[in-house]
Amino acid sequence: MTSAVVRELSAELRGFREVQTLAYECAEAVAAQLKPGVTEREAARMQREWLRERGVRDWFHLPFAWFGDRTAFTGFRIPLQFFPTNRRLEAGMPFILDMAPVFKGYTADIGYSGCLGLNPLHDKLLADLEAHRELILREVRERRPLREIYESVDRLMVRQGYANRHRAYPFGVIAHKVDRVRERRLNPTLFGFGTQSLKGLASDALHGHRDGWSPLWSPYRFSDHPPQPGLWAVEPHLGFRGTGAKFEEILVVTDSADPEESAFWLDDDLPHVRRWAEGI
Amino acid sequence: MADLTTIHGARERVVHTGGVELCVVELGDSARPTVVLVHGYPDSKEVWSEVATRLADRFHVVLYDIRGHGRSTAPKPLRGGFTLEKLTDDFVAVIDAVSPDRPVHVVGHDWGSVQSWEFVTVRRTEGRIASFTSMSGPSLDHFGHWIKQRMKRPTPRKVGQLLGQGAKSWYVYMLHTPVLPELAWRGPLGKRWPKILERVERIPAGDYPTASLPSDAAHGAWLYRDNVRARLAHPREDAYAHAPVQLITPLGDAFLSPKLYDQLELWAPRLTRRTLPAKHWVPRTRPDQLTAWIGEFVTATEELEDGVPPQQKAADGKYADRFGGQLVLVTGAGSGIGRATAFAFAEAGARLIAVDRDAESAARTAEMAQLIGAPEAWAEAVDVSDEQAMEKLAEKVAAEHGVVDVLVNNAGIGLSGSFFDTTPEDWKKVLDVNLWGVIHGCRLFGRQMAERGQGGHIVNTASAAAFQPSKALPAYSTSKAAVLMLSECLRAELAGQGIGVSAICPGLVNTNITSTARFVGADSAEEERRQKKSSRLYGLRNYPPEKVADAILAAVVHDKAVVPVTPEARGAHLMSRFTPRALRAIARLEPPL
Repeated sequence: MTSAVVRELSAELRGFREVQTLAYECAEAVAAQLKPGVTEREAARMQREWLRERGVRDWFHLPFAWFGDRTAFTGFRIPLQFFPTNRRLEAGMPFILDMAPVFKGYTADIGYSGCLGLNPLHDKLLADLEAHRELILREVRERRPLREIYESVDRLMVRQGYANRHRAYPFGVIAHKVDRVRERRLNPTLFGFGTQSLKGLASDALHGHRDGWSPLWSPYRFSDHPPQPGLWAVEPHLGFRGTGAKFEEILVVTDSADPEESAFWLDDDLPHVRRWAEGI
Repeated sequence: MADLTTIHGARERVVHTGGVELCVVELGDSARPTVVLVHGYPDSKEVWSEVATRLADRFHVVLYDIRGHGRSTAPKPLRGGFTLEKLTDDFVAVIDAVSPDRPVHVVGHDWGSVQSWEFVTVRRTEGRIASFTSMSGPSLDHFGHWIKQRMKRPTPRKVGQLLGQGAKSWYVYMLHTPVLPELAWRGPLGKRWPKILERVERIPAGDYPTASLPSDAAHGAWLYRDNVRARLAHPREDAYAHAPVQLITPLGDAFLSPKLYDQLELWAPRLTRRTLPAKHWVPRTRPDQLTAWIGEFVTATEELEDGVPPQQKAADGKYADRFGGQLVLVTGAGSGIGRATAFAFAEAGARLIAVDRDAESAARTAEMAQLIGAPEAWAEAVDVSDEQAMEKLAEKVAAEHGVVDVLVNNAGIGLSGSFFDTTPEDWKKVLDVNLWGVIHGCRLFGRQMAERGQGGHIVNTASAAAFQPSKALPAYSTSKAAVLMLSECLRAELAGQGIGVSAICPGLVNTNITSTARFVGADSAEEERRQKKSSRLYGLRNYPPEKVADAILAAVVHDKAVVPVTPEARGAHLMSRFTPRALRAIARLEPPL
C-alpha cells in the first residue's frame, strides 16, 4: 500500500474509531443505569436517546437489548424476535446491548455483554471470547477463506462446550461489511435497519456477486473467498444453556502484503479488551 | 417388648411425659445440629437404624419409640391416648431433653411424618424446629383439604385422584374395625410380616422389623382411630409450616399417591421437592439417598440460619427433584451427546464424573458443569476400551465418591465403509470402544450398584443404526445392535434389584462423531472429504445433542427400555417392527457421501 493510501485510510479510520468509541461509551453509560425491573424496550430507548443527544441521526440498525436467556437467543426462529421485548431485568441476569449508530457519515456496529450482579458462568463466557478475537485476527491475516475461518470459530466454540449463536442471525452471519453512509436529512429505517446502510450493503452485495465475494460473512458457499479489504463488523456470539455473550467490533482488512497491516482490530481500547487485559 | 436396642453405639435414656415413658436414643456428637428421626406404622425407631448410623458422623441424631411402640410404654386406656396433641406433647418432651437450647431438624417417615406435620404446623413448637424432612406421610389437615377441594368441584380428573387414593388407603378402613386388626397382628400377620416386607418391598433382611412388631402394630391401630376421621372431617385451617420443608416422595409408594402433594407450596412456602423411584419403606431400602438429602438439607438450613449465603445457586433444572445430589458418571463426556448429557444432569443438581479419552475436554465439561448447578464435578481421562483402566476408574470412584447412582455409557466411535474394506483391526477397534466400553461400564459400575442394593440406573447410548441395517455401516451397526441387545438383557436381569437399564437410539445428531469417524476403503484425502461432507449433512440436519440429553434424563426418570430420539430414528424403529422388508430395501441404497 502506498503511504498516501494509508494516510487517507487513517483519516477514514479515525472517523470510524470515533463512532465506535461513542457507541461503546453509550453501552457503558446505559449498562451502568440498568437495574432490576428495566425492560428491554426501555434499555433500547435509553441507548437511542443517549446517542441522539450526541448527534446521531442515522442508524445501520436501531439499538437492540436482550436480557436473560434471550442473550443466548433461546428459541429464536424468526428475525422479529431480535427486537426488544418487555422482558424485565432481574438480579444476576446477563444482558447484551447491540447498536449501530451512524455519526458524521461513519458507521459502527457494536455489541456489549454485561450482567446485573454476579454471575460466574457469564464471566466464564466473556473470558472465553478472548480466544475468538485472537483466532479471527490470526486467520484473517493468513488470508484463509472466510467460510473456513467461520468453521474454525465454530469448532473452537464446540470445543469450549458452547453453542454457536450467530447461527441464529440472518444468513447465519458472524460479520458483515460496514461502510461510510451518506448523510441525509431524512433517515427512515426499515425493519430496524437504516435504509441508507441497507442500500450500501445491497450495492456491495451486487458488486461482490459479480467479483465473487459477499459483504456477509457466513457459513455458506458465497463466503468461500479470502477476506475482502474493507471494514467488517465481527460478532462471535457464544451461547450456553440460557446464557449468552458476545462482542462486536470493527476489523480492518487491507490489501497490504505485510501481515500486521493486512488486518487489525480498529481499536484495542474497548471494554471487553480492557477486561481481559486486567485479567478479570 | 424388644430386649435391647439394635443401633450400634447408641446412648439410651427414658423421658417421662403424660403418664408414659419414652425410650430415646442418641448418636453422634451432641454439639452438632440435632436431627430427630420419627418412625411410622407399624415400625419402631429401629426402622431408622441404617439412616441414623450414616448421619451420626455429621449430626447429633436422636430417635425415639413413639408411645406404645418398641420400648416405650403405652397410654392407658389406649383409646384417646394417641391423639396428635398427645404425640406433640411427647415430641416436645423429647426435644426439651435432648436439645433444650437449639431448634432441631425433624425427619418423619409414614406416621412419623404425619405427626411431624402436626409438630411443624402448631404454634407451640415455633422456633423449636429448624427444618422438616417429610416422606410418605401427608398432613391429615392438608389431606382433609385435598379431599374437600376435590369433592367440591369434581372434574373427572379430580374424581379419578380421589378414587385412586381411596383405593390406596384400604388399610386405613381396615384399621378402623375394632379388635380384628389387633388379633391379626398378634397372630398370623405379625408372624408373616417380615417375609411380606421382604417380598413386596424388597427390604433387605436384617435387624428389622424388631420383635416388638405385633404389639407395636396393635397399639398403633389407635393412631388411625384417634385421628383420621376427626381430622379429615374437620381439617385445621391454619396448618402452615413454620420451618423449611423438604418433601421426599417415593414414586412407587403403594399407599400414597404423589398427587397428594400437588399444592403443598400453599401450606409450606419454603418447600424443596425430591422424588425417588422406590416403594414405601425408603428408610430401609434407600438409606444412602435419604442420608444425602437429609444431610444436605440440614446443612443448608443451618448455614442460612447462621447468615451464611448458600454456597452455590440451587440447581433448578427440569429434573432437579429427582437427580439433586445423585452421583452420575458419563463416558464420552468431552463432546457431543455425552457432554450435553453431563450438562443436563448438572443442571438437575447431580454430582458428576465426566469421563473422556481426551483429558482436556473432560476437564472442560467438569468445569462448566459446576458453573450451571453441579455441586461437585470431576474429570477422568480414561479410554473405555481399556479394561484395566476402567477397573482402576471403578475402584477410584467407589473409594472417593461412592456408588454411582446413574451410569451413562455413551462413549463411541464411528466407522463407515463396506464389509470387505473393513479390516479385522477396524472391527476390533469399533467393538472395543462401542461394545466393550459398554460391557466394562455395566460390569464394573453395574456390579457396584447391584451390590449396594439401593437401586440405580444404567443408560447405554446405542444408535438408530442398531435396528436399521445399512451397507455403509456394517461394523458400527453391529456394535450398536449388540449394545441394544445387551441393554435389554441386562434390564431383565437387574429389574429385580430396582436398577433400570435404558438403551438410547439417537439417530442423526449434530455432534463431532462424523468428523472423527473413519471411512475405510478410502484414501486419506477421500476420507477427509467424506468426513467433511457427513459433518455438513449432520450439521444441516442440525438436531441438537441437548435434545438427546433431555431424552436420556426422561428415560431414566420414566425407566424406559428403548428410546429412539430423532423423528427418523423413531420412524426407523417403527419400520423395523412393522415393515422390516422396506427397511432392508433402504439398507441397499448408496449413502449420499
